[in-house]
Amino acid sequence: MIAYILRRIGSIFVIMFFASIIIFAITQFLPGDVAQLVLGQFATEEAIANLREEFGLNNPFYVQYLDWAVNFIKGDWGNSLVNRMPIFPMVMSRLRNSAMLAVVVLMIYVPLGILLGVLAALKRDKLPDQMITTVSMVFVALPVFVSSLLLIPFFCHYLGWLPANSSIHPDSTFGEALPYLILPAIAVALNSIGYVARMTRAGTIDVLRTDYVRAAYLKGLPRWQVLFRHVLRNALLPTVTIVAMDAGMMIGGMLVAEVVFGYPGLGRLLLYAMQNQDLPLIQACSMVAVTMLCLANLVADLLYGFLNPRIRVK
Amino acid sequence: MAICVQNNQEYIHSKLFNIWRGIRRNTLTVIGFFIVIIFLLTALVGPLFVPYHYAEQNIAKRLQPPSAEHIFGTDEFGRDVFSRVVVGSRNVCVVAGSGAALAVFIGLILGLVSGYWGGLLDDLLMRLMEVMMAIPGLLLAMLVLFSLGSSFFSVILVVGFMYIPVVTRVVRSVVLDIKTRAFVEAAKLRGESIPYILLREILPNVLPHLAVEGSMRFVYAIFMVASLGFLGLGVQPPAPDWGFMVSEARPFFSVAPWVLFFPAASIAILVVGVSFVSDGLRRMLLPGGVSSDRY
Amino acid sequence: MTDTRSRKTIDTEPILDVKNLTVTYHTDRGPIYTVRNVSLQIAAGEIYGLVGESGSGKSTLARAIVRYLADNGEIKSGSVKLGGTDLLALPMSKMQQVWGSRITMVHQDPAAAVNPSITIGEQIAEIARLHLHLSSAEAKAKAVEMLKKMRMPDPESVAKRYPHQLSGGMLQRVVIAIALTTNPQLLIMDEPTTSLDVTTEAAILDLVRELLAEYKMAVLFITHNLGVVANICNRVGVMYAGEILEEGTVQQVFRSKLHPYTRGLLGCLPKITNDKRNVSLTAIPGYIPRMNQLPTGCIFSPRCSMVEDECKAVRPSLLEAEAGHFTACRRWEILQSKPELLMDSQHARDFSKHEEGPVVLSASNIKKHFSVSAGGFASLFKRGRVKIKAVDGVSLGVRGGFTLGIVGESGCGKTTLSRCIAGLEEATSGEIELEGELIPYSVSKRTPAQRKSIQMVFQNPDASLNPHYTIGESVARPLVLMGLSKKEIQERVRQLFNAVNLPEDYINRLPHELSGGEKQRIAIARALAAEPTLILCDEPLSSLDVSVQAALINLLIKLQDTHKISYLFISHDLAAVRYISDWIAVMYLGRICEIGSAEDVFMPPYHPYTEALLSAIPIPDPDVRQERIRLEGSVPSAINLPSGCRFHNRCPRKIGRICEEQEPPWQDVSEHHHICCHITLDELRTLQSEVIVRQADSPGEVR
Repeated sequence: MIAYILRRIGSIFVIMFFASIIIFAITQFLPGDVAQLVLGQFATEEAIANLREEFGLNNPFYVQYLDWAVNFIKGDWGNSLVNRMPIFPMVMSRLRNSAMLAVVVLMIYVPLGILLGVLAALKRDKLPDQMITTVSMVFVALPVFVSSLLLIPFFCHYLGWLPANSSIHPDSTFGEALPYLILPAIAVALNSIGYVARMTRAGTIDVLRTDYVRAAYLKGLPRWQVLFRHVLRNALLPTVTIVAMDAGMMIGGMLVAEVVFGYPGLGRLLLYAMQNQDLPLIQACSMVAVTMLCLANLVADLLYGFLNPRIRVK
Repeated sequence: MAICVQNNQEYIHSKLFNIWRGIRRNTLTVIGFFIVIIFLLTALVGPLFVPYHYAEQNIAKRLQPPSAEHIFGTDEFGRDVFSRVVVGSRNVCVVAGSGAALAVFIGLILGLVSGYWGGLLDDLLMRLMEVMMAIPGLLLAMLVLFSLGSSFFSVILVVGFMYIPVVTRVVRSVVLDIKTRAFVEAAKLRGESIPYILLREILPNVLPHLAVEGSMRFVYAIFMVASLGFLGLGVQPPAPDWGFMVSEARPFFSVAPWVLFFPAASIAILVVGVSFVSDGLRRMLLPGGVSSDRY
Repeated sequence: MTDTRSRKTIDTEPILDVKNLTVTYHTDRGPIYTVRNVSLQIAAGEIYGLVGESGSGKSTLARAIVRYLADNGEIKSGSVKLGGTDLLALPMSKMQQVWGSRITMVHQDPAAAVNPSITIGEQIAEIARLHLHLSSAEAKAKAVEMLKKMRMPDPESVAKRYPHQLSGGMLQRVVIAIALTTNPQLLIMDEPTTSLDVTTEAAILDLVRELLAEYKMAVLFITHNLGVVANICNRVGVMYAGEILEEGTVQQVFRSKLHPYTRGLLGCLPKITNDKRNVSLTAIPGYIPRMNQLPTGCIFSPRCSMVEDECKAVRPSLLEAEAGHFTACRRWEILQSKPELLMDSQHARDFSKHEEGPVVLSASNIKKHFSVSAGGFASLFKRGRVKIKAVDGVSLGVRGGFTLGIVGESGCGKTTLSRCIAGLEEATSGEIELEGELIPYSVSKRTPAQRKSIQMVFQNPDASLNPHYTIGESVARPLVLMGLSKKEIQERVRQLFNAVNLPEDYINRLPHELSGGEKQRIAIARALAAEPTLILCDEPLSSLDVSVQAALINLLIKLQDTHKISYLFISHDLAAVRYISDWIAVMYLGRICEIGSAEDVFMPPYHPYTEALLSAIPIPDPDVRQERIRLEGSVPSAINLPSGCRFHNRCPRKIGRICEEQEPPWQDVSEHHHICCHITLDELRTLQSEVIVRQADSPGEVR
């Protein structure tokens, strides 16, 4: 098990290393000269050259990358080019907000997805199954901004339960922010519920077909005991991986949802940075997103290893 | 022996029977199929028949509700929403379609090669794919489009490349399964060339999976193109893009909801239609199988 | 049709009493009557063997008895009584209380029948808590007690383990432990040993026999293996296409065989004492009828060689031929008077004179070591890889028109060896010579002529044909590569179809329209098309029913005779290997431990492993006596090979330290017989004074 953990952690680090190279390389293709951007259109050639020297822009690519990577690890993320504010606290505060949103999203779609998936599997090919699979298929790839447009008129305008705009103060506590989080979270979760439900359904059906479930019924165990002790324990194991696999999609969905609802999270900060061509901020936001995705995968891997006796017990 | 020989007539009958039963059971697939056909037709010939040019502005007639003149109403510049939606369908279908096709094509090649040869090449490719999948798809697309500039082709390329890992993995896993089957080994034993084995023995068995996966990629490509458009990174204005149209129309939602409704509904209907087709393909071609890759 | 049988064989009331049971599956094409009017009774302490080929309805019958049918299944009529309780009248909630307490089941694949994420002990304790109402501490103790009863070494620690940590044989003991925990009235065992190796199977059967002497329950033992039935059951029912055709005590059925189908089945089985030169197998012609196209008369009539018009008109019911012995054949009296009718035994085959041809294939010191990666980034480096020595220094030779059989249990490396010879795996070292010429390891580096010479018939018929091509195309492809014209190809394909006894109008069929046996015929035809000198047969029979197996064995022998092909025949079925081979090699953990002519290998002195294998095979004749030698534990993994002699940790004849420390030497028994063992031949001869398998001295003696 320890070897497994170390291997997973090691491979996540390697993946993050290469991913950071990709992020850094892509952002270096930014149109225009960074120094020019910083100093504005009317800067002298000399000033630009000085700033290029100062930013290390004349160094070879790998030196620039290493400088950037080392500073990133140290937490020295520099200042925003636009408002000259230090990036680290800015990104961290937004990350906190995005994390709050992510928690609500997960709390909505993981239980609901599992519940619907198991229900569909148990009522396979009957009406509940067909309804669940059809509805989940409808929402699985519906862009977040489209589903928001279904939700906002209903919940905000018709029922008047929830605010349509989530542009709260960036330092709000979770309790304060919660009412503003629900609608964007639902919009993001709609994509994932269907996916998780579908995968859970498939997994559960596979397990229901196994000999050991038949054996469990023939032991005389009541249905609910077979379901909870024998079926779900095995059927939900892959769900951990499925949720992790969905994390990339979820981060994308949250980004769009933050823009739609004006929620002050990492995604909106990234879009803002892009609109203002704020290179260090773009890089920082992107790396934080990548780190989060990698962490999610790591957690899922470890959880899977922990839950699966084949890995836990050699 | 004789009792086993099945009547040919009965055999044909049962095949037809199966197809008919399939259609009857797959009403949603049929609906999805018609939706896709209608959208593809619109994308192909629609732009020839639109009443107005998509960029034709008419400030005097801005934000008009649907009427006989403008059946989907007009937007804040007085442009005809119907014409823009119709022309926009071309962008979505062509961009998403080409992106998905690109991913399927390259993913097929990489998957075949990586799965068949295995070894170091396979290891390296798989690690590269893992790295690509460690960056959230939408983020990667935004960064690339932001740096390279957004155009018709760059969106296709980005969407295509983004989905290569998924397709590669699906193809690879099928190849890994098929290549150990005895019929492939028998082909090796009789000295078939590698291209023959790959294309004639393995490929036919990969195609059903590829068709299902391709349709799934098309769904997600539409999703991605629309989302990028919404964030302003899609096909650039004034060319109409459904996602961007929704984004532009949001400030006028309370006064002119139709400007927003029609492109949003188009995205929704197309996504749902393709999903239905994809699901039907899966049930017909891969009974009992599920794809597990996402995004 | 009503049940005409009286209960004379058993004095006590039967525990299980099934009367006129009919089971239907509702399909899109209408109802299919999978089990029709079946009646059977099992008394306490009795093991009733239900034997039949696949599709005979035996598993459906078992599922109907426990009322655990698929959703589209329905019990149409009949009754099932368990100790006086009418099971079919119980509501499902009451039935649930019967499951696990009064009826338990043991399934075919033990690895699939236990929950992978629950410990062994808990899986036993669960049923003890539920039905014996034990506290969790008591249930835990009960689990350990049951494991001890199963003769598990170190039951306390086994109870804490997970299924993936145990071997198949151990898991089957666990499953049996679960089934016996509540001491049920009826135990249903559905092919309990089919997925196990012979030595494990023998040990499990011994265990079952002993346990059942202790637990006086009724046992319904379902199997396709007549040898197992003869070995363990008291009474037997032969099932065919949903009906029982013959029923009686094991002695009655195996001795008198009063139904042509029973005779057919037994005639299909190669006997351990016979070989292809003195006996030819009698295959049953035709196939099991589809359940929706049953003949009107006797269901076996289309395949029966004794059929009369009347057989086709009326479906016979079971008749009592002797006390407790029932048959559904109208003409049973003829069968009774002629015990050898339809059996064809000792019928000498018209076999061309056996001449040893030149050496076609010679392999020396073949090794195949796999290195398995640990996965992830570590796999890019040499570190983190484990070496598996699947084949570790094997030498053998095959002569023209000659069959070398390789036997061994799963994991002995026999398949890897054949794949190395075929070139599908590249051998790690060693020399492979084809007709005196050294050939490359990999098939892709061999010349077209070399490739053509070695062909293969694979184990799984479903995977051996590409589902996208018609079988005609599959057979034609090697001919296309040989550059024949279209006309020649058509002609050759037709010839090949005739050679493997398939009708020519099959040419345009797709593989999924064929049965397993037919697919395997096509695989043979495809191999033959290349006109090879050597065909490697890797367990070609193991997934087929007995009657189909016999036809294929006959076909292989006929083709060998007409085409002068050599075979390397790999199988775990000793009787089949003995029957078809001229020369036999016994493999254990990557090495050959005994090699010799077929007669010699089956005569003492034996290698201790061969001895154990021979004593383990289930023989379909209750009158045959077998020495009982049982192996401890299971085959060790090829990653951690035992030192010295690889067999030492399971060898019942181990002589001491030398076995653990030194590799055993090859000893020549005769020019044609070699044994790799530390024990001297003289000692082996004294230890193994008798032939392991022999006819019982007095027929009728029950073991």
